[in-house]
Amino acid sequence: MGYQAQFKVWRGDAEGGDFVDYAVDVEEGEVVLDIMHRIQATQAGDMAVRWNCKAGKCGSCSAEVNGRPRLMCMTRMSTFEEDEEISVAPIRTFPVIRDLVTDVDFNYQKAREVPAFAPPEGLAPGEYRMSQVDVERSQEFRKCIECYLCQNVCHVVRDHEENKQEFSGPRYLMRIAELDMHPLDVRNRKEDAQEEHGLGYCNITKCCTEVCPEHIKITDNALIPMKERVVDRKYDPLVWLGKKIFKRQELEQRGATGARSLDAPGPDNGSALDADHIAHIEQRGGAQA
Amino acid sequence: MTDPGTTTAFEAAGAPETGEAPVTHHTYDVVVIGAGGAGLRAAIEARLRGKRVAIISKSLFGKAHTVMAEGGIAASMGNANPRDNWEVHFRDTMRGGKFLNNWRMAELHAKEAPQRVWELETYGALFDRTPEGKISQRNFGGHQFPRLAHVGDRTGLELIRTLQQKIVSLQQEDFARTGDYESDLAVYHEYTVTELLKDGDRIAGAFGYRRPTGELVCFHSAAVVLATGGVGKSFKVTSNSWEYTGDGHALAMRAGAKLLNMEFVQFHPTGMVWPPSVKGILVTESVRGDGGVLKNSEGERFMFNYIPEVFREQYATSEDEGDRWYTDADNNRRPPELLPRDEVARAINNEVKEGRGSPAGGVYLDVSSRMPAAEITRRLPSMYHQFKELADVDITAGPMEVGPTCHYVMGGVEVDPDTAASAVPGLFAAGEVAGGMHGSNRLGGNSLSDLLVFGCRAGAGAAAYLDGLDEVPSVSEQSITTAREDVERPIHNSGGENAYTVHQELQQTMNDLVGIIRKADEMELALKKLHELKDRIPRVAVDGRRAYNPGWHLALDLRNMLMVSECIAKAALERQESRGGHTRDDYPTMDENWRQELLVCSLRDDEVHLEHQGQPAMRHDLFDLFELDELKKYYTGDELGGHRSDAPPRQSRGTEDAGDEAERSSTTVETGGDPGGELTGGGA
Ligand SMILES: Cc1cc2nc3c(=O)[nH]c(=O)nc-3n(C[C@H](O)[C@H](O)[C@H](O)COP(=O)(O)OP(=O)(O)OC[C@H]3O[C@@H](n4cnc5c(N)ncnc54)[C@H](O)[C@@H]3O)c2cc1C
Ligand code: SF4
Ligand code: SF4
Ligand code: FES
Repeated sequence: MGYQAQFKVWRGDAEGGDFVDYAVDVEEGEVVLDIMHRIQATQAGDMAVRWNCKAGKCGSCSAEVNGRPRLMCMTRMSTFEEDEEISVAPIRTFPVIRDLVTDVDFNYQKAREVPAFAPPEGLAPGEYRMSQVDVERSQEFRKCIECYLCQNVCHVVRDHEENKQEFSGPRYLMRIAELDMHPLDVRNRKEDAQEEHGLGYCNITKCCTEVCPEHIKITDNALIPMKERVVDRKYDPLVWLGKKIFKRQELEQRGATGARSLDAPGPDNGSALDADHIAHIEQRGGAQA
Repeated sequence: MTDPGTTTAFEAAGAPETGEAPVTHHTYDVVVIGAGGAGLRAAIEARLRGKRVAIISKSLFGKAHTVMAEGGIAASMGNANPRDNWEVHFRDTMRGGKFLNNWRMAELHAKEAPQRVWELETYGALFDRTPEGKISQRNFGGHQFPRLAHVGDRTGLELIRTLQQKIVSLQQEDFARTGDYESDLAVYHEYTVTELLKDGDRIAGAFGYRRPTGELVCFHSAAVVLATGGVGKSFKVTSNSWEYTGDGHALAMRAGAKLLNMEFVQFHPTGMVWPPSVKGILVTESVRGDGGVLKNSEGERFMFNYIPEVFREQYATSEDEGDRWYTDADNNRRPPELLPRDEVARAINNEVKEGRGSPAGGVYLDVSSRMPAAEITRRLPSMYHQFKELADVDITAGPMEVGPTCHYVMGGVEVDPDTAASAVPGLFAAGEVAGGMHGSNRLGGNSLSDLLVFGCRAGAGAAAYLDGLDEVPSVSEQSITTAREDVERPIHNSGGENAYTVHQELQQTMNDLVGIIRKADEMELALKKLHELKDRIPRVAVDGRRAYNPGWHLALDLRNMLMVSECIAKAALERQESRGGHTRDDYPTMDENWRQELLVCSLRDDEVHLEHQGQPAMRHDLFDLFELDELKKYYTGDELGGHRSDAPPRQSRGTEDAGDEAERSSTTVETGGDPGGELTGGGA
């Protein structure tokens, strides 16, 4: 079954680099990531590749295979001709660290700028009631494995470094949509998206949706509905003003989430004893022996 | 990310920065090693208790192994069956672990799991719902009632994302207060810790390197929480990722803590077996929980032939009864496909051995004949996706081929159940790296709940430890120098061994000789091979570049994998019985005398030292939760006195109560600190 394939893998770092040729054995059923591992084990022990699950679940192994943004662990070798030369390069939108590994901190920064889930006041843990149809809309977006392929292909940032400041990218606009559609979130999210995260830059090309390995309909189900609703609200100056005030109050309110978990036992689950508390531990060591 | 913790205090104190590569220093109250469920929950708790916390992880934030968990999280919320409660969950957990579990951990776990799950909803988690709008709960092996809260078959992703987002929300609070997102809770991702640093017998910090740059780092911190996960990468066929090199287990040993139950390694019954490159990747137990059945090459549902005596009463004896159970669980017994994992894995192993396996050496797991295609893709979307993409198999149209895969280690750091404190002052452990909770075998879904319950307790335990500390330990120059030498050795070596080759040999050894079915002579051979590898590992050499060099990273992980493998092999050779995740071909039955024996590993002069330790007897109110007839299957006659069925209860219990007190405090003493390390073998 096995054959030898011709690979071109980009090797280098922030200073620069180039494609290097490798002739590698391929066995039945393998994926591109298997081949990268074989190159590491037999020809280039120091070749940098990021991966974790090898099953399309963690979103670590994003790269551009023959110019197409993909998860290497989900790209089967059987989708190529045996005599086809295959190129593997790091995703382009983010700075290279080494070889196939890029610096994706941009995404963590943007994630931090989306205001967190704002739970309704007075609803205790265990009392949340939501229907399946209502949670399903946000659940679709929560399938996201943060592979950043959508962030990588979106032309707003792919070719325009200068937009990175203003534009959070499809993944984080979708996160705002997810919170907006959360049945119990109390914060108004639409203006967040438009004003703080650059929803207006998106011109619905759907490139993000096309590359999503989780098949999330980012554009149709998250971005377009938000754009429509932003337009509805934008012309009402009172709403806009209300939102600004709300936002400040909310920041102050959020300080109240610091409850200590073991002191708040939550609803009874039939425990005969009181909730167990952490006893004050004395300094450990000799004292107890 | 910014480095708010960078400190000049250490340099100011006069520590010289010698050598070529400088060391960057950071100072925190609590350092959590691991960004999986346990680590994130511990960090949240410590931060809520007012501590400055750093989270360190080898992979990117949000990619820890927990992300791969599929089936669900076990908690007796009683949403699907109101008869469920913590007592039932406790009993199931103890049965699943064949009564070798630390009963106090099992008790805390069963009681607190629902709170920990409900709390996730307040962080924004969106679980699947029941018709009444509560959290839906599904069936899983060994759980008497539908108990696993889930989100399709991507529960781990929901768990990790929710905790990650909770951390972000705490960082936003800090930002509002201090203008810096990382002022009180910082994430150091793609950092590897290679050594724990001590001041006398107490923890003083952690040393490691930053993967993208190879820069050396030293964290100064009086409390360290280990939440590093498992050890599966020592085996060839495994569902575990590259991160599972047993780092936390080895770090704890080198710091002077003890590992217990290392012989118990869970082989999940259903891993993919074809194509070869994906061999070992997990097929979630939900496939069976939702109705999937196992068949051999003759089309027989063979599990009916493998119901062990101890479980006779709880499992269906006919296919009809098993099938009826899915819709009427109160009047029928569950199908044997849902026996605990160790039983199912052994059964599959045996079917294949006796020639009734599938072409690729597994058996068939079929949902396609059990429910409509649309239902399969709704309930098991990622399984559908996984088989379609990786094996070109449509699970709505035909069966999957599956076989056992190394999945989880029950063994781990010995901790105090209430505080997650190890024997080393200042060192805490939670999640898969901690031992005891699951006994000899873990039930599905009990890990995710374990992470939250004990992650939370570890965070609280670390905070309480700091509150009681009157003198801050400090890191010595010498310990930094030693740690640095170890890290740089593979770079300075030249022309030595190849890290990848050594790793493959280690994996093959463990897989073939200390795998699912074990024999004395094979394990002796394994120990011999491990000894050879031990000589070769210090000679591993890598290309000298420090930035993101996977060969170097692997070279450093090898010594941890080796140490953990040695613990597994030694303990497995010593335990002369079969129980849970430990099956001996030469001692095929469970022996009640071994139930009270725990095998404990520690490090002496760089050698793994194994000793016996007594299992504390169960508190009588917990003991009384079981029927005497069931206990008789696991306990020796002498141990059964004092059960509630012995009349009259009060009178005969007078001495028992006193005994309980003694046991409780002796547990604390054992884990609290035993400098000599000479613990008595109680069950002798
Ligand atoms: C495929 C699969 C499916 C599963 N499904 C389920 C399920 O449905 N239900 C269930 O209950 N359990 C399930 N499990 C088990 C469960 O997922 C794991 O046991 C659990 O996630 C372990 O969590 P943890 O927090 O202990 O560690 P992990 O999530 O593994 O995190 C370990 C962390 O430690 C870090 N780390 C390790 N070493 C170092 C070091 N030296 N320096 C710095 N950082 C380090 C890693 O980078 C990582 O961040 C499954 C496991 C697998 C493999
Ligand atoms: S649809 Fe919008 S977000 Fe998506 S790629 Fe196009 S411009 Fe970017
Ligand atoms: S939305 Fe899809 S493409 Fe974008 S990061 Fe998430 S999984 Fe990847
Ligand atoms: S390695 Fe996890 S998605 Fe590819």
